[in-house]
Order: sequence, then structure tokens, then C-alpha cells
Amino acid sequence: MSIDTVERAESTPDELQPYAELGLKEDEYLRIRQILGRRPTQSELAMYSIMWSEHCSYKSSKIHLKQFGEKAPHSDRMLAGIGENAGVIAINERLAVTFKVESHNHPSFVEPHQGAATGVGGIVRDILAMGARPVAVMDPLRFGAADHPDTKRVLPGVVGGIGGYGNCLGLPNIGGEVVFDPSYQGNPLVNALCVGVLPTDRLQNKAATGPGNIVVLMGAKTGRDGIGGVSVLASATFDEGSERRRPSVQVGDPFTEKLLIESCLELYEAGLIVGVQDLGGAGLTCALTETAAAAGTGMDIQLDKVPLREPSMESHEVLASESQERMLFIVEPSNLDAVLGVATLWGVIATPIGVVTDTGRVHITWRGETVVDVPPGSLADDGPVYARPLREPADLILLQADRAETLPRPTDLRETLLRMVASPNLCDKAWVTEQYDRYVLGNTILAQPEDSGIIRIDEETGLGIALSVDGNSRYTRLDPYEGAKLALAEAYRNVAVTGATPVAVTDCLNFGSPEDPAVMWQFAEAVRGLADGCQELGIPVTGGNVSFYNQTGAVAIHPTPIVGVLGVLDDVAQRIPMGFAHDNDVVFMLGDTTAELSGSEWAWVVHGHLGGRPPHVDFAREQAIAGLMARAAELQLVHSAHDLSDGGLAQALVESALRKDVGVTVALPEGADPFVSLFSESAGRVLVSVSRGHRQAFEALAAEFEVPITALGITGGDRLAVKDQFEVPLDELREAWSGTLPKIFGT
Amino acid sequence: MKIGVVTFPGSLDDGDAARAARIAGAQAVRLWHADPDLHGVDAVVLPGGFSYGDALRCGAIARFAPIMETIKKAAADGLPVLGICNGFQILCEAHLLPGALTRNQHLHFRNRDQWLRFDNVASAWTGSFVEGQEILIPVKNGEGCFVADADTLDQLEANGQIVARYINGNPNGSMRDIAAIRNEAGNVVGIMPHPEHAVEALTGPSLDGLGFFASVLQYLVAPASPAPAQEAQVRETVTIPEPLIRPTIPVEPDPALAPPAWPEIPARVPAQADDAEPVEADDEADSDPAAEIDEPAVAAAEQRRDSSEH
Repeated sequence: MSIDTVERAESTPDELQPYAELGLKEDEYLRIRQILGRRPTQSELAMYSIMWSEHCSYKSSKIHLKQFGEKAPHSDRMLAGIGENAGVIAINERLAVTFKVESHNHPSFVEPHQGAATGVGGIVRDILAMGARPVAVMDPLRFGAADHPDTKRVLPGVVGGIGGYGNCLGLPNIGGEVVFDPSYQGNPLVNALCVGVLPTDRLQNKAATGPGNIVVLMGAKTGRDGIGGVSVLASATFDEGSERRRPSVQVGDPFTEKLLIESCLELYEAGLIVGVQDLGGAGLTCALTETAAAAGTGMDIQLDKVPLREPSMESHEVLASESQERMLFIVEPSNLDAVLGVATLWGVIATPIGVVTDTGRVHITWRGETVVDVPPGSLADDGPVYARPLREPADLILLQADRAETLPRPTDLRETLLRMVASPNLCDKAWVTEQYDRYVLGNTILAQPEDSGIIRIDEETGLGIALSVDGNSRYTRLDPYEGAKLALAEAYRNVAVTGATPVAVTDCLNFGSPEDPAVMWQFAEAVRGLADGCQELGIPVTGGNVSFYNQTGAVAIHPTPIVGVLGVLDDVAQRIPMGFAHDNDVVFMLGDTTAELSGSEWAWVVHGHLGGRPPHVDFAREQAIAGLMARAAELQLVHSAHDLSDGGLAQALVESALRKDVGVTVALPEGADPFVSLFSESAGRVLVSVSRGHRQAFEALAAEFEVPITALGITGGDRLAVKDQFEVPLDELREAWSGTLPKIFGT
Repeated sequence: MKIGVVTFPGSLDDGDAARAARIAGAQAVRLWHADPDLHGVDAVVLPGGFSYGDALRCGAIARFAPIMETIKKAAADGLPVLGICNGFQILCEAHLLPGALTRNQHLHFRNRDQWLRFDNVASAWTGSFVEGQEILIPVKNGEGCFVADADTLDQLEANGQIVARYINGNPNGSMRDIAAIRNEAGNVVGIMPHPEHAVEALTGPSLDGLGFFASVLQYLVAPASPAPAQEAQVRETVTIPEPLIRPTIPVEPDPALAPPAWPEIPARVPAQADDAEPVEADDEADSDPAAEIDEPAVAAAEQRRDSSEH
């Protein structure tokens, strides 16, 4: 077949083009013709179809995401925000941190191992592109019912893929979530968060400035893998035949990525590059057009220079390929030899593929002929924007009226407790987390199952960061506005209980099809809730990711906004772990408990029930608790602190006791329903253990911060005892808690 | 005393091993796989990681690194060498230690805090421990299952070459619960768990890992008479990472990796062919920094311009 050149496109204006098959709507296709003043070539059509896909262009979400900027509190800390590869937050005058969470849901269903692995690879390169050394990863995961046969296919593959890639890169995995719910049966969620550290003066730029500068492609060779990943996989709903999309999933090579990381950092350190962009979704197309558009320049690219795995590839395939482990650099000609030298030293391929021009056009040749000649901004920035229709889901009123508070309550609380701790969402996740390296790099202060992961970022001063990712999709299903706020509140609290001060937010918004007005309403409400919450808490959203089309047929997943909060700890030696550490410590609960059972783990496990309204959020209370915990950490008043969330007080007691095998005896507040005290999921609560000597000081501090405090009991012994109710030996608890996943997935 | 830590492509725990050496009181020296010079170090650590992406077999390619030739010779002359995890795998592949490390029996990567018991402490790296002592250090591997034929295992037992065994559960299915072995001379030790991750109270499950590094320092002072067991000297953490010692000139480029005859870069060419006056183009090319690098760039650009003028 002859090459579809620009010249040919001009002479054959009426040739039919497969724009619909590539995911473009007719009016979008007409707009491309208008921009170019002719029909697009085959390569150009491929480029527009992927850059204007939902995944790359955020065309349905853009108008809502604006709120994150508009409502964001002013922050001097923010060095880079939304629109960059990842947000960058200054921690002190010298050091900055960059972090972001992203989805790789669809590839992970089609091919769990590689899908999840390349999800890690992609987010790591985003962090790398900002100039940072990646220092840790986290993985919020959602699967279908634990005992469903397909979950046995998906979960081990996803976990193996995350471990296989992250472990091989030498990045500690410090936290995340594993949640099971039938709504994810045909559409699991694999979100990946990466955090990196950089000297503030090493912040990198993606702009391809300086006409005459050289465009260098570094890393893996380009193959046919992942072609159309963003348009075919990420921007459409699953239906029968999804297996046939397997070739759209990329294949990862963590070894190459590790060499790429070391090469990049060496280039940054030596100041050898002008601009850098990672190649992720939309591959070379995205990297070329975004770098040129960011600088307002153009590029002349010789596509034949791109090293290929498969020599028979055509130009549109080279441009669309999502082959992993590739970065694009803009290099001054005088530094080119040095850049190629670094690549050789690490054994990575680096190839000059073109030059920056001042034409304002990205001009690409293939086999000596022009196949692309486009204004880069039209691809990178000026994609279509839609204000899609919104409608509250028809069943929401009935769902909210069906409150879990009216369900029959148990009489045998001991039996209920053992059943709850063994349930898939509350049980021990060691089967998963033991497959991740949490020690590498030697700076992991806390890792799962702790409330937050904590990484020391300065070995001299002990400066550290804390990170937590959370989301409760049952709450969001019942009320997306409040549900998003609850996710934020929980992540914020998880950071705060370690003694760290929360400073910034990232999010991954996983939803069904934006073309469904009910889903779009859920999305709009969730974004509004998150933006309002961030405004109230005074911490900005620095970046994130939207994943639409998470549905099978007409059935969408529960709306799942995952919220990541970053905190700062001046001295990691002051961190507060979650487990009871000593006998005879006083156990307190901070916050208030009311009968909030709708959307709770108890309602789900015991009654298979989802209905009512989620717990109430009080951000002022959350802030007060954060202030109190930071001060308590500073004064070293507290031996342990653990946030109360899924499963309520009962689950927090179990987890705190089992962590270091220190038992506890508590007396529930008089006059309250013991069941509600143990299993309600009211927000804004923390379980704290304090040495007897510090009891009064801590109570005074709580009064100072106006946080309600209840003395519950005392640590020690080999059992969890609830006065006048029941006792369970820790061994029995551990057996129930830790047996579930090995029983399902094997040892 | 200088402890060298080798960085192979894909080494991951190299920084941690260097930190551990430093905390134990040694000077850590970062060595580069392609540089056969040991730069005067008194002992060498082959760190954990996935050298060469575990291609072929774990450690199978790293054993051919230029520095390994030097290390093999030096080990024969008594240089203390400690291989941790991937380092252990490399030592086995290099035949500095017997046996092999294979896929964990349960087929998963496993990371947990693991108890070990010392069987024999007569090595350069374990003199500060006592026989029967139990320690807690992290294990994390996918291919840590030690295997050898029965005769080799019997011989290891008979010679006292089994340094430590897993207790309270075998994390990978290793034969006879073997966690660490040594060569006959006792200067080369391979261990699957990670002592370098148990050197600080804040980051490790214990400080037990320090003993390995403290031991080699004692051994280097008085190799003939291992000092009696004692607490490792813990020094304040100093945290100036050592520079990686590497040849300043890039190593011989690998023809397979070198970009094929790269700089046919087009000089700045206007998008519209009409604008390209041949005379101007020459001037432009002369002033173009890209063109200064290589003449073919200009030629290529002109060639393209010519063809587009048709």
C-alpha cells in the first residue's frame, strides 16, 4: 500500500476515512478537516483520534475539573499543578515532592499482569518527567466479589504485575487498598500512585523550546504493543469480545525502566537537557505535540529514525504505539554527545529523531515523504470539550430511603466481630502486600497495613512525607457529593494520625460512561464534593486522573473517586504507628459516635445491604484532630493512633491489637447501644493509646483543640475484651483475620 | 576500612548496602560493574536487585561483568565477599559458592520479617554473632529457594558451611531451610535475606543486620582470631552518599545498543517547500548548531528539500 502523504490527502479529499472505528464522532472529524484545510492523512487521523480521546483530552470532565483550580486555596508550596505530568509541592527551600495517582483499569482486566505492571511503569515515568527520583509507590485496587471465579484470574495477576514491576524498579510499595465489591466484577480498578523527590532547582519542563534543539527519543524500541490503548481500551465500554483487545495492552520491561530512571536522573543532575516528556498514553504523538505546544514551537521529525521492534510498522502505528519505557528529551546540540554518552553508559538506546523549529507546525516525514503537518496545539490543547447532560440516577431516592439503621441488629456481638474481621474487605491483606518490596531504598518508616506510608526524604534532618489513598465507593454510590468528601476526609485523617501535616491532594476519578447522564451526574457531584472539601481543608488538588467508561454493558461500577493525601513530617522519628505498643497504656477514642450504619461494612457483610445515606463529614473536626495529632507527635505523647473507618471501632481495636500482639480491654460508653459503638462508621474518629504518665497531658491537649475524647480502656494481655460483652483471644482473632485471602487464593 | 558495593545495571539495594557499611563504621566505596578495578577496597558486597532484569537466570549475566573477574581472583586470595539476595545468586552463578537459587516454591515474591538461626559463625562476615543466635531481618525475593544435590548439601553440613537457616517458617522452600552459606575458606558468604535493611531502628525490624558489617570490620583488623561476640558499634548516621566510581569516558559502546548512524538530522527546514531558497538554505545550514555536529544532517535536509520541491 502506498503511503498516505499530505500531498495525497490534498489530492484525494473525498477518500472515505475510518474515523468512527477510531472512536471519533462525525463533528470531531469535520473539525479536524477544518483545522487542516484538507482531509487528514492516515497518520494525522490516528494522532487526532488518540489525542482527542476521552482519556487524553478530558473532553467530558474538563468543565468540572476547573473547580479544582477555582476553589483551590492559594498555596505557596505548589511549584507545578494540574496540567503538568504531576503536581509538585515544595517541602522546604531545598526539597520538593511530586506525586500523582493514575488508573490502568481496562488493560488490567484484559491482561491483569501486564496491565497492572505497565500502570506502575506509566505513573513512575510521570514522576520522573518532573525531574524527581521516584521513591515509593502505592496501589488502590478494586476487584469483584472475592469468591467469584474470575477474581481468581484477575487479582493474582494484578498483584503479581504490580509486584513484578515495582520490585524490579527498586521502589518500595508503602500502601494502598484492596477492596472487593460485585460492582467491579467485569471492570476491576487498578490505580497506581507514585511519589518522587527532587531538589527544587531540578524541576523539569516539558516545553520544546529553542529552535534548532534536538529531539531525542530514549528507552525501549517501539513496537506494535498498545496501539490505540487510550482510544480503544480506556475510552470505551467493555462488551463481549474484549479478549480480542488484548493486543491493545502494552507489555512492560521494568529493567529498561530502571535504566531509564538512572539515565534521566544523571541527565537532570548534569543539566544536559532543555525539556523532557514521558511517553505514556498516546505515545510519541502525545509527547511530540505536547512538548511543541507547550513552547509554541514546531518540530521536524524523521520518523524513520525511531528504533522499531517490528520493521514492517507503518507511520501511523509508530506514532500511536504505546510501547513502554520511553522518554523524549529536548537537547541543545552542544550537549547531544554527552546525552548519548549517558545513555550508552547505562545501556539504553537514545536516538535523535528530529529538531525543534519555529514554524509552529509538527512536521513528520516517513520514507522521505511528509505524512504529518499539523499545528501541535490543535492536538494537545484544543481538543473538543463537552458539557454532557447530567441526571440524578432514577433509583437514588429509593436507595437513600432504604436505611441500614433499620436493619435487624445482632445479639451475639462476638460472633459478629469474628465474621466481620474475616470478611474480604476487613481481613488481613498480607497475601497481597507480602508480594511487594517495602524495604528497598532504606527510607520506609511506615508501610501497609499502617494508616499511611511514610518515607524519609532527608536522611540528615529526618524530614519525611506521609501518604494515604482512600475511597469508599458504597458511600459515593449513596451520595457522590458526600462520598467524595468522605474519601478526602479519610485520606486526610490517615495522614494526620501519623503526626504528619496534610499539605496536598491527588485524585483518580473512576466512573462509568460519561455518555450516561446518571454517571455524569455522579461525576459532577463527586468533583464538586472533592473541590469543596479541599477548599474547606485548605489543601489544593495538585493533579490526578479521570477514568471513564468503567462499565460492562449498561451497568456502571459504583462511582469510585480515589483520593490521595500527602503530608509532611519534620522528623520521622516522631511518627505515630497504628499498633498498641505497650501494656498498661490508656486507650482513648477521639471524636463522636452516632448510629451511622448506612453503606457500612456491617450492612454489606451481614445483610448484603446497600442503602441510606453515608456518614456525616465535619471538616472542622478533621482539622482539629489533625492539629491535635501533629502536636501530640511533636510532644511524643502518644504510643499509637489508628483511624476509625470501615468496620468502625471494632475493626480498629482488632487491627491495633494484632499489629504487635498487645491485647486490650475496653468498656463501651454507658447508655450507648454496644453494637452501634462497635460497628458504626461515623467519620472523624481516632483510636489512640497513651502511656499512663501522659494521660492528663493528652486530655488537656484534646481539650485545647476542642476534640471530644473518651477513655475506653487499657492495653495489655493476650485478648480483646469488651467489658460486659465478650472476650476473644488474639490467637483466635488472628486466625479469623488472616485466613481469608490464603483460603481463596492459595498459600 | 573500605567496603566496596558493586552496582550492576538493575542493582537496587546498592545504596542500602553502602548505608549499612557506613553505619557500621566503614567507608563505603561504590564500584561499577564495567570497571574491573576494585579501587583498593578491603571487602566487597554484591547487593540485592535484579541485575540485567534477571534475564536468562538470576545472576547469570552479571557473573560475566568485568568486575567479577577481579572479584573472583581476589576472593581466591581471601578478599571478604558478601552476596545478598541477587548478590548470592551471582556468587552461585560465578561458582564462588555451590548450589543455586531457584523460584520460590509457592511461586510468589515474598517480603516479610524473617527469623534466622546461626549454624556456624566462622566466616569473615559473621564473627560478631554466636552459634545458635537468632536474628530478625527482612527477606524479600522471588527466587530464593536454595537447591543443591544431596552430596553437596551433606558436604556443606559436614564442613560447617551452612551459616544460617530459616526458623519459624521457611519463606521460599529452601532445602534444609538454608538462608546463608559460605565457601570453605569462610571469606565468601551468600545470604538470601537482607541484613542491610536491618541497620536502623526507624526503618528495619531490628538492628541485627549491622552484625554482618561489624563482623567484617573486626575480621579485617584481626583475620586470624575472630573477636568474641559483642554488640555492633552503632555510629551516628552520616548521609553523604558516596559517588559511584566509574570510568569518566563512556565504556566501549555496545554496537547492539548504539543508535545506528544517528545524526541525519534535518536542519531547520520551513514547513512550506516554497520558502526554501537553495542559496539561503546553505547559509542557514552553516549557522545551524545542529548542522555543526555533522555534515550528513545538512545533506539529509537538503535531500528532503529537493524531493519536496518536485
